[in-house]
Amino acid sequence: MTLEVMAKAQAPIPLDASFRAEPGELLALVGHSGSGKTTLLRTIAGLWRPEMARVTVDGEVWLDTAAGVNLPPHRRHVGVVFQNYALFPHMTAAQNVIAAMDRSAPDPRAEAERLLALVNLPGFADRKPAQLSGGQQQRVAVARALARRPQALLLDEPFSAVDRATRERLYDEIVALRAHLRMPVVLVTHDVNEAQLLADRVAVIEKGRAVREGTTAEVMADPEALRAMGIREIAAMLPAIIVEHADDGLTRLDAAAGPLFLPTIDGPVGTRVRVRIMAHDVILARKRPDGLSAQNILAGKVAGIVTGTGPGVIVHVQVGEDEILARITRRAADQLRLQPGDAVHAIVKSMSVARDHVARAPMRSEPAQ
Amino acid sequence: MDWTALFLSLRLAGWTVAILLPVSIVTGRWLAYRQFRAKGLVEAVVMLPLVLPPTVFGFYLLMAFGRNSPIGAFWQASFGHQLVFTFEGLLVASVIFNLSFAIQPAQRGFEAVPVDVREAAACCGMSPMRSLLRVELPLAWPGVLTAMVLTFAHTLGEFGIILMMGGSIPGETKTIAIAIYDRVQGFDMAGAGIMSATLVAISLFTIAATYMLSARVGRRLS
Repeated sequence: MTLEVMAKAQAPIPLDASFRAEPGELLALVGHSGSGKTTLLRTIAGLWRPEMARVTVDGEVWLDTAAGVNLPPHRRHVGVVFQNYALFPHMTAAQNVIAAMDRSAPDPRAEAERLLALVNLPGFADRKPAQLSGGQQQRVAVARALARRPQALLLDEPFSAVDRATRERLYDEIVALRAHLRMPVVLVTHDVNEAQLLADRVAVIEKGRAVREGTTAEVMADPEALRAMGIREIAAMLPAIIVEHADDGLTRLDAAAGPLFLPTIDGPVGTRVRVRIMAHDVILARKRPDGLSAQNILAGKVAGIVTGTGPGVIVHVQVGEDEILARITRRAADQLRLQPGDAVHAIVKSMSVARDHVARAPMRSEPAQ
Repeated sequence: MDWTALFLSLRLAGWTVAILLPVSIVTGRWLAYRQFRAKGLVEAVVMLPLVLPPTVFGFYLLMAFGRNSPIGAFWQASFGHQLVFTFEGLLVASVIFNLSFAIQPAQRGFEAVPVDVREAAACCGMSPMRSLLRVELPLAWPGVLTAMVLTFAHTLGEFGIILMMGGSIPGETKTIAIAIYDRVQGFDMAGAGIMSATLVAISLFTIAATYMLSARVGRRLS
């Protein structure tokens, strides 16, 4: 079920992008508003036809302008979660979900309830959208998109219309849901944090062009790729396990490189999480510092130094089996005479890690859906 | 009380609504969703019957449907009688004259259906026809209903255009509005009064019933 997309256009916005998403993979299209990322998503869904484009899923051609093929949206097996969910306001949650099923589906009501349970919304089947909160509406929209049994799942800024607390919960739910999904998933977002938390691969879209595509870790460490989104977004993801919730409000996590203390992280002890550590929040020291307020000091060694045109450099630090990134000034790197292979200590202030920079780690996939 | 005239008016209004219902859905939806260069012109043409005096409109219809016109000649050849001075002639005039009342509110109704909801219907695998029946009409129906009520009530009350189309044949073209006019001409003020009051009552009942019904359904939906 590989999704392959190529799109070129001059108007209304210039487009020149191609990318692919493998089955079960989540590809994030990251870009500012007006960058063309939503237009690319609409091209996949069949809601927009660029001058030159080709969209294939699992070898099936949905759109090929050169060959004159253009399946209408209702003939493409695509699941779309719209930015404002676009639920049918006159239907209940269950009816919304059933509306996306094949008319030949046996026992659609039971299937709708199963899907609503899958998105953590059991017991709300008979509510109308107006009686649901934003987060609940989003869950119905996801269930509806899955009810189509899509060959590609498209998420258009699905978290932008809910408050921050709800968004954090929904991130975890999407991560959990992915264990049940076998189709490629394309997420459109302007939020780099969201992309890093959720995506396997990232394509940065700028002025209609995919300026960089690669694994999330690669792209998020690449100052060139992130220039469009802001170089301060450079960050690494550190896998860890919740070990203890301390009385003083800190949560102790164990990463491969050692313990991490962060402000309260929701989740029972034993939960696997991934923590996004911003490169500009990391301080490097040659020796383990003493008498420092920062709670997290991870020993590691320099794996590489990326120098750009600006005053800063990105230092890749190997900590245990993981890597974190430090964005320091070139002057500091020179003063420390940092070289690849050097032993360093990476210092991370507990309070520098925001709550929404922590997400549950994906579970191993299990066949379902 | 001229029952024949009243029933003729109701029959005319009913047929006009029956014909304009699909027309208003198709045209209103088209005007609501599509953007094209001549859209303003099309909307102006649809609105024209609203601003022209019925006499002007009736005059042109008389010219267009008369025995010497191509349409009139075709009708004469096909059905053996002329189009003007018949119920069919009135109906055609009524349909054309009510286009603005039927299309405008329906167009507003379809415009109220959010674009992304329509797109979601397509992405849920609904064909355009299924999307119309299951998503668009259930959301646009207040507009379509208003269109039909206005058309019905307006047909009941139409006078000028029917006068121009030869509306004085009892049971064929003499509607209630014409009958009232005839009574007044004949100084039968009591008869005119009864028929006027009946017309007021029917129109008021139709519109009020519609509004109350739509308010109730609206409450249930929200």
